[in-house]
Amino acid sequence: MEENANKIDDMHENDPKETNGKSTPSRIFGQVREFFKKDLVSYITKRILMFIPTLFLISVLVFFVIQLPPGDYVSSEIARLTTEGELVTQADADALREQYGLDQPVIVQYFKWIGDIIWTPTDSQYYRLNHSHHNWKYSFKFSKNVWDVINERLATTVIFTAVIMLFQYLVSIPIAIYSSTHQYSVGDYTASVIGFLGTAIPNFCLAIILMYLSYKWTGNSNTGLFTPEMKVNGVHLYNFGELCKRMIIPLIVLGTSGTCGIIRSVRAQMLDEVGRQYTLTARAKGVSERKIIMKYCFRAAINPTVSGLGGILSSLFSGSTVTAIVLDLELQGPQLFEALKAQDMYLAGAIVMVQAVLVVIGILFSDIALALLDPRIRYSGGGR
Amino acid sequence: MAKKNTKEDYYLASQWVLMGRKLKKHKLAKLSIIILLILYLGAFFGNFLAPYSLDDMDGLYKDADPTQIHLFHEGKFVGPFVYKIEKVRDFKTFTVTIQENTSEYYKIRLFAKGSSYKFLGFIPCDIHLFGVTEGSNGSPATAKVMLFGGDYYGKDIFSRVLLGSQVSLTIPFASAFISLFLGIAIGAVSGYFGGVLDMIIQRIIEVIGAVPQIPLWMALSASIPPGISTIKMYFYMTLVLSFINWTGMARIVRGKFLSLKNEDYVMAARLAGVSTWKIIWKHLVPGFMSYLIVSVTLGIPGSIVGETSMSYLGLGIKSPATSWGVLLQEASTTTQVALHPNKLIPIIFVTITVLAFNFLGDGLRDAADPYK
Repeated sequence: MEENANKIDDMHENDPKETNGKSTPSRIFGQVREFFKKDLVSYITKRILMFIPTLFLISVLVFFVIQLPPGDYVSSEIARLTTEGELVTQADADALREQYGLDQPVIVQYFKWIGDIIWTPTDSQYYRLNHSHHNWKYSFKFSKNVWDVINERLATTVIFTAVIMLFQYLVSIPIAIYSSTHQYSVGDYTASVIGFLGTAIPNFCLAIILMYLSYKWTGNSNTGLFTPEMKVNGVHLYNFGELCKRMIIPLIVLGTSGTCGIIRSVRAQMLDEVGRQYTLTARAKGVSERKIIMKYCFRAAINPTVSGLGGILSSLFSGSTVTAIVLDLELQGPQLFEALKAQDMYLAGAIVMVQAVLVVIGILFSDIALALLDPRIRYSGGGR
Repeated sequence: MAKKNTKEDYYLASQWVLMGRKLKKHKLAKLSIIILLILYLGAFFGNFLAPYSLDDMDGLYKDADPTQIHLFHEGKFVGPFVYKIEKVRDFKTFTVTIQENTSEYYKIRLFAKGSSYKFLGFIPCDIHLFGVTEGSNGSPATAKVMLFGGDYYGKDIFSRVLLGSQVSLTIPFASAFISLFLGIAIGAVSGYFGGVLDMIIQRIIEVIGAVPQIPLWMALSASIPPGISTIKMYFYMTLVLSFINWTGMARIVRGKFLSLKNEDYVMAARLAGVSTWKIIWKHLVPGFMSYLIVSVTLGIPGSIVGETSMSYLGLGIKSPATSWGVLLQEASTTTQVALHPNKLIPIIFVTITVLAFNFLGDGLRDAADPYK
């Protein structure tokens, strides 16, 4: 922290002050160049370096979760073998434990687990069978390698989440701007009430209600993202309409829950900014209302929302998990649920880990976006 | 003169009195307090208010619609009463329809005798607020009054909502207190001592914050061993929920410590030889308690939704114990909901509770800084 403070002092000497009103193209160019030369690069490097200990801690947390349930990998394997009618002796069990390294201390087990995920050597059995250097262990529930199970739905989950997030921003930001510029109007109240209800009704309850309404009105409960036909032929232009139809319920469920948070935060910030001196000055100087709102207030008001991107992403994964289970969407949620019901902890842990890593990447992006958006951030060494 | 008095009053009032006054002006928060009070009283006296216990089941009332309460029997006023229902098979189509048998009526009486329970957990008692008495022709009290209908096992949903609230409303509360304690302790260590410890704690908080809540809760509650006693289940569930929530608290506490620890009064206390823990608990924590209470209040809705979702998925509280989430399990398929919309009633309670806590939190947040 102190090193950082020194760095800040150094930087202030060639601080490109941008409050001087008019900015000529060359000036802007100079600013941008300056920005990329020093601050942003060092800032991003610092952020990426901080990414590593975070990943490490996430993996520790996930391993803790994997270790939690009573019994281990081998006891569930033995249970499976016994139900299949095979005779398992104590010696077999011990041999299995030794093979999987379960007789070793937890710390050794952790490093073996994470080591295999990072790099499985070429001469290992796993590599010979799967030609992959990343051994995420085996999923009993799906009788496949954990990574293969995750991979099935990873792309869908990421695209789905991105679409919902885009939807949230596109819907909530205009509403927030409207609400703040028309404070205490009918529209403002309507937006607040809907937003509040959206957060108050648990996602899965709303999903059930909408499923019921959809069943009542159309005779079809519209569960799942893909039709059986889509699963075979893939999504093309001709069946894209059907996919959109099936996206409606998830969009409403997850859209309303997240938008409310964004609306509230942007609205509150906007109201703060609108009341500031600089807004008054701009207005007194005859700057158009539109320009005041969009160029000054909004730019300042959007900051917390951008920095909250990680949190939004996290709550989106959270919400979509239960929603996906209720609506039977082809996302990671149902996989996680199945894995947990079967105590298939390596798969469950891996799914939690993948989601957490995605969130951390989201945080990384948001920090970079914030540094681009708000030049003050790069001096204070991260606003979060 | 009066004005001067109020001004003096303002300067003399303590922080908490001012907060209370400001909170009173927040209409939604006031309404929320009343609603929450009713809900919690309902949970507290749940065994007495609920006409049936969790073990009372009646196959006849399986998936029953809400019982109709009548006032007039054959055109004559007799006060609130119910008819017994019976199954009638249509021998042309062989479908079973449920109808009321209007030959005999069963009056609903206040303070009726029902199944026995322990009032407040230790006083043996069998009086319920209301219940069905014997029939008008003297047959035993076999008719039931089910305000919200019956569930799959023929249990009264109204009773289950009340008894379920004993779990659904208290687990988030208990977990909020655990996370409050953890948050203060860890945040204090982090903020007061700083250094490497602070950095490690901050990283841990960041990581726990990054992991999506519900998947982590699911994974944690899935590892609650099956077949344990209800009390243990309850305890574990509380721990699982507090596992994540303390981080927000700790962050606030740390921030406040960083800004307060260099204040003159802390320095004075230190010079006077007050011990570190006493400085923390006596001088620093009361300074931002109001913020923590806001944070606790705003954290409770998340826990309620968490508990409900977990129990709904069958990962949290499990039958025979009941919570709102367990109740909603029956509403998990479209056909069930389409046939028996009354099974969605617990959603109303969840929503009202969450809304009330949100509004109360908002009101408290506005009131938290009464000197503004």
